[in-house]
Amino acid sequence: MRPILMKGHERPLTFLKYNRDGDLLFSCAKDHTPTIWFADNGERLGTYRGHNGAVWTCDVSRDSMRLITGSADQTVKLWNVQKGTQLYTFNFGSPARSVEFAIGDKLAVITTDPFMELTSAIHVKRIAGDSTEQTEESVLVIKGPQGRINRAVWGPLNRTIISAGEDAVIRIWDSETGKLLKESDKESGHKKTITSLTKAADGSHFLSGSLDKSAKLWDTRTLTLIKTYSTERPVNAVAMSPLLDHVVLGGGQDASAVTTTDHRAGKFEAKFYDKILQEEIGGVKGHFGPINALAFNPDGKSFSSGGEDGYMRLHHFDPDYFNIKI
Amino acid sequence: MAAEVMLMNEIEAKAASMGIDLIIDFNSIQLPRGEDCGIVSDDEDVYHDDHLEFDSGFGNVIVVDNLPVVPREKFEKLEGVIRKIYSQIGVIKEDGLWMPVDPETKKTLGYCFIEYNTPQEAELAKEKTNGYKLDRAHIFSVNMFDDFDKYMRVPDEWAPPEIKPYTPGENLQKWLTDEKARDQFVIRAGTDTEVLWNDARQSKTELVYKRTYWTESFVQWSPLGTYLATVHRQGAAVWGGANTFNRLMRYAHPQVKLIDFSPGEKFLVTYSSHEPSNPRDANRVVINIFDVRTGKVMRDFKGSADEFTIGGAGGVAGVSWPVFRWGGGKEDKYFAKLGKNMISVYETETFSLIDKKSLKVENVVDFSWSPTDLILALFVPELGGGNQPARVSLVQIPSKVELRQKNLFSISDCKMYWQSNGEYLAVKADRYTKTKKSTYTGFELFRIKERDIPIEVLELDNKNDKIIAFAWEPKGHRFAVIHGDNPRPDISFYSMKSSHNLGRVSKLTTLKGKQANALFWSPGGRFIVLAGLKGFNGQLEFFNVDELETMATAEHFMATDIEWDPTGRYVATAVTSVHEMENGFNIWSFHGKLLYRILKDHFFQFLWRPRPPPFLSAEKEEEILKYLKKYSKKYDAEDQDVSMLLSEQDREKRRMLKEEWEKWISEWRRASEEEKLERQKLRDGEASDEEEEYEAKEVEVEEILDFSEEVLFEE
Repeated sequence: MRPILMKGHERPLTFLKYNRDGDLLFSCAKDHTPTIWFADNGERLGTYRGHNGAVWTCDVSRDSMRLITGSADQTVKLWNVQKGTQLYTFNFGSPARSVEFAIGDKLAVITTDPFMELTSAIHVKRIAGDSTEQTEESVLVIKGPQGRINRAVWGPLNRTIISAGEDAVIRIWDSETGKLLKESDKESGHKKTITSLTKAADGSHFLSGSLDKSAKLWDTRTLTLIKTYSTERPVNAVAMSPLLDHVVLGGGQDASAVTTTDHRAGKFEAKFYDKILQEEIGGVKGHFGPINALAFNPDGKSFSSGGEDGYMRLHHFDPDYFNIKI
Repeated sequence: MAAEVMLMNEIEAKAASMGIDLIIDFNSIQLPRGEDCGIVSDDEDVYHDDHLEFDSGFGNVIVVDNLPVVPREKFEKLEGVIRKIYSQIGVIKEDGLWMPVDPETKKTLGYCFIEYNTPQEAELAKEKTNGYKLDRAHIFSVNMFDDFDKYMRVPDEWAPPEIKPYTPGENLQKWLTDEKARDQFVIRAGTDTEVLWNDARQSKTELVYKRTYWTESFVQWSPLGTYLATVHRQGAAVWGGANTFNRLMRYAHPQVKLIDFSPGEKFLVTYSSHEPSNPRDANRVVINIFDVRTGKVMRDFKGSADEFTIGGAGGVAGVSWPVFRWGGGKEDKYFAKLGKNMISVYETETFSLIDKKSLKVENVVDFSWSPTDLILALFVPELGGGNQPARVSLVQIPSKVELRQKNLFSISDCKMYWQSNGEYLAVKADRYTKTKKSTYTGFELFRIKERDIPIEVLELDNKNDKIIAFAWEPKGHRFAVIHGDNPRPDISFYSMKSSHNLGRVSKLTTLKGKQANALFWSPGGRFIVLAGLKGFNGQLEFFNVDELETMATAEHFMATDIEWDPTGRYVATAVTSVHEMENGFNIWSFHGKLLYRILKDHFFQFLWRPRPPPFLSAEKEEEILKYLKKYSKKYDAEDQDVSMLLSEQDREKRRMLKEEWEKWISEWRRASEEEKLERQKLRDGEASDEEEEYEAKEVEVEEILDFSEEVLFEE
């Protein structure tokens, strides 16, 4: 089917997130307003106004009542999804790069960038059921990895936190004590900055994308490398189909180099790979800038991509897609 | 190399005394390019003996003989004169000039020692001042100090040379006997150099040999594929062997930059250029010609870069490589160099000029050898503002007889293209129009093998078209031209033999508006790849010239290099590291089917291993072509077997992967099931888990769209 082109942001997209039911799509961009869309027809439902900097990331609670967003204005905000009102603002001394609700939505993991004299850190905050009781304090703060931590997500049963970033190492931390449990192998691991990390629907494995032009699939518990998908260009965004054994990689060259090369040189395609056989299946073209964000609808029947070009493209799969045999 | 390596414990002691922490992250240390800081690479051990001569440490000392013998009063004056002469050439070390004095007579002994900062300066001083006339009676004789040492050591009595037992060499051509008749190629990516089989039937490569840091700049096959040459700071080396690659010979030439084999692989020409001590001077050029098998220097040429750049590629700075062009096919009998108003032709029996004289040609700017015969084609541009026309002439070597000459008028530029069998020579002549404001192009076609060498003039249909590329069909009688000024140029094919008149050139066809700017004929002829490199981003068109039809069009995005394998069965297209992304290569069949692609970051080189020409006669080859069906039957069956096996293996592999995955997933599911309750607890007992959510419910919603009331009258 023809993709639906969604033009609502004025600056490059940074992150996309579907709610659990798959009817709503949240988008973050370098303009200051996260936006909510109908995931079916791409109609814009509303915006969340209040941030004063690029919004890097968001997550939505399981019941789709609350949205959490992290921004370069050094705050993380909780929102009422329906009304679009701010519920609470966490203040940090540095930009927030990633956020994720834990299972049960009672905890959230937030990463902050190195800034001025501050080093990068992973914060765990308790999220109160009633937002009037929400407090600022962190349950846990983890420091240690060098450089920006681009993504931190919860492991099974909220017992661990998985983080990845500029130092190209994936780490698993104990979410109670903050102790480092595991580190990815230098040999088999990524060689350059890890830009994105996404968990499988059941949390059993996760996929990391890196500027070393590859994406890697890891076991969530043991941090063993399962698969590697190599491509020709730096990977900025990764997504996994919840329905079929497919993974999607998006990327292109560095945003700063876009203007100096032919637009096809970056080949701003979303590339589909067979998850198990590690073979390329196909690509979806369209963006005229690198792809920064990818997300699959939880029903696996559509996916959306957000680009450096400021556009979002919502793709509903044709019936043929579900019959791909390789 | 002077051994200035400090011992580790010395370093540690030093560091401790200076309060330096000696914990070093060795991964963070990288040697600067072209510098080894005295760390010997595993390649260098073999060069060790070459450096022995410098072990004395006197490589920078020269001895100047035949000085006047002067009494003590004049000592200082003489010293001043010598210092003046020699400090012009290089920096003399402090106390580096020593003139011994006879202790009895207090007179000088007529010689002195001069120590320079570097051996290069010393060598230069020797070259420049040897034979310097101070006055009539005193002509300097300058020698390297080390040379004295060397010649002193020659034993007085002749000892018979030790006769080494004969050890049979390896079969250096074993790769040609591959059972599957595959071809090899070499690739260089990052620090690795690999030689691989092209196993096209299985759509993959098979490793033959791999080595990290095999070469310091590039690798090169010899023209018949016997050797692979590598380039190092100390010189070049050639590698080969039956099943692997061993070093067969090395050729000492410090800082060698370029190498070139003679067509028959008998000789290797190496080139280096050195910064002059005086920045105003031109670079110093050293060229050595080695015998490939013995490693002996057959002849060396030294001089300033100016002497090697005359004519050249239209005044482009630097040397146009190869400086020496080899003539006469695989015999390696003659080689020639362009000079000012002359062409110097050398023969390899004695490595001296033929008849001890260069071929004098006023103002010659370019020449080229016939690929097969001993014929030189040379070009002299227009002189005297058009009074003297430009000229192309064919000269036979070694007789130096002019076979044919053609005068050309109002020429701006000229290029010569030989057909690979030496049957034809095409001269592309750019002429000024009457106004002299623009140029147009025509071709002069020489039929070398015919009597009196007839010349035919060919102009394109639209003679104002710019010529973008020209290429002869290898071993054939056709050629292709890309021409046109618009962004999508036309491509025309011509034949030197038209069907009714064998002596006439005729146009076969013109393809309009193609995205191509380069031509790549199959080595077997008949097929050609029309490629759009650079601005066209790697468009490829595989064209059959016999049938005049396009077999396939494809794209290798950003492709920079295209090369046919020596048999004409496969085409390799590569994106080298001139681009940041997409590095790697594709292998295509001759008719444009992509067989496989391999991505490699920092991809530098892709080179097919050349094959020597076959021993079959032309008739025999023709016969095989005629009965190809008969011969190919056997291979067809083999091909089918392989493809069956392959798909079987493929299926098996996929099945394995799937099974492995299923096993892993079910393992996870089991563990996940155990945690189900805990997960529910985290969610305040909410029952639905990710696994069993969606439940499709059909909900009927009735909506009243319109409501109206009508009263129906009863009768």
